[in-house]
Amino acid sequence: MTARSLTRIVYPMTGLLLIVVAWGLACWLGRLPVVVLPSPDKVLYAFAGNIPLLLEESWVTLKETLYGFGLALLLGLPMAVAVANSRTLNLMFYPLLIALQSVPKVALAPIILVWLGPDLQSKLAIAWLVAFFPIIVDTAAGLRATPKELLELAHSLKATRTQILFKVQFPAALPFVMTGAKVAITLAVIGAVIGEFVGSSEGLGFLLLTATSQLDTPLAFAALFALSILGVLVYLMVEAVELLIAPWLPPAPERH
Amino acid sequence: MAFGTIKNVRKVFPVGELGSRATEPVVALDDASFSFERGELIALLGPSGCGKTTLLRIVAGLIAKTSGSVTIGGREVTGPLGDYGFVFQAPSLMPWRSVIDNVLFPMEILRRSDKAARARASELLALVGLATFHHARPHQLSGGMQQRVALCRALIHQPNLLLMDEPFGALDELTRLEMNDLLLRIRQETGASVLFVTHSISEAVYLADQVIVFSRRPARVSQQIPVSLPYPRNQAMRFTPAFTQAERAASEALGIVPHVEALAS
Repeated sequence: MTARSLTRIVYPMTGLLLIVVAWGLACWLGRLPVVVLPSPDKVLYAFAGNIPLLLEESWVTLKETLYGFGLALLLGLPMAVAVANSRTLNLMFYPLLIALQSVPKVALAPIILVWLGPDLQSKLAIAWLVAFFPIIVDTAAGLRATPKELLELAHSLKATRTQILFKVQFPAALPFVMTGAKVAITLAVIGAVIGEFVGSSEGLGFLLLTATSQLDTPLAFAALFALSILGVLVYLMVEAVELLIAPWLPPAPERH
Repeated sequence: MAFGTIKNVRKVFPVGELGSRATEPVVALDDASFSFERGELIALLGPSGCGKTTLLRIVAGLIAKTSGSVTIGGREVTGPLGDYGFVFQAPSLMPWRSVIDNVLFPMEILRRSDKAARARASELLALVGLATFHHARPHQLSGGMQQRVALCRALIHQPNLLLMDEPFGALDELTRLEMNDLLLRIRQETGASVLFVTHSISEAVYLADQVIVFSRRPARVSQQIPVSLPYPRNQAMRFTPAFTQAERAASEALGIVPHVEALAS
């Protein structure tokens, strides 16, 4: 076993194991009721016993997350280009965008539910809303951080605006876009779950609510774990895409 | 008629254009005039911040001049002409492209990226000693190697005029000397005219047919010094009387040493 796999796998696993042991000990020694804190084995049992159900609900939440995230990319990227390349649009909308970013989007969830109903659309909309801002803000920052020399080089060759955008600005901004996308995808999961909390009849968030209302805490924990796994998976997906389209990238630039 | 003529060029940056701190217009370039022949290497020498770089960008058509005229190859420069090569102080390569694709970037913009362009890129990379680095990424190269790639990129479209903005200023002394010789060799093989901004007196004299000396801001051309050393040049020429004489003349023009006549009187 190499030193690298030791530090990257064995140490985190040991840490996790320690926490699970401490958790088990706390349940056993503290004689906590299952409703308050189920022991690890009960959670594992609930997880293993409900795999079809968990998969089904995860699929719903995953769809809401990915649709919301996809829409955020689809709208965020062109808007970032507009804001970064036009002084007028920038002056008109950028301060507004920053101001909107500080609005707690969770507070909008009930309103969106009223507008769009309890189906996929409202969840998608909330996921989109929370994922949209990091994408547009980071992309615009990246576009504007294009090295001046590269722009001058392109101008000195009489490059067209389209050439400058696609051959210079956008590739230069890609590290920023990917950083924004990584933040956005985790936020999109949160957005989807919030949507499910506020009004839904399916999804992991809905399962979590139902389980707690029925005092089935082990199942609630199992849903929670499914949610974490989902969160990690979608994050890894974005990272894989990053490796695929931008293998030259040095370690991600510091944000803000 | 001369290949390039810079006549009474003046550049004033209005309030606000150079950032919000300036409270009055900044005269970056007061009055610059000189001319050069096709194939000549002209060093623009002066203290930092004296407007040499501004002049280079005006010649490139990247920024507008306030008054005066710039003619290159019979054409009045009012915007980018599209057939200049540009080398900056930093290599400014694109990290997302391999070495050869960086070199080919101008050809892509000019929509001339074909087999012949690839062959020429290979030739240029071989000329600068990077024949085996075609598919390397810029971050895998040293600073000097990156600057050599930038040089190839500036030459790929066979420009009329090569504009160089303190291109070797960030390199260590030995690498810099090597790059000087490389530039002279390339100039000989391509026949390109070169405007070379530097603040190193010895670099200016070693490279140039003529050294144009700028005064402090607001910059004016204070003297035009021809260097009488023959090409091809080699490092041993640094220790000849002709070299020292040209260095002395440039130092006098910069006001670093008093004029010989002033001493005599």
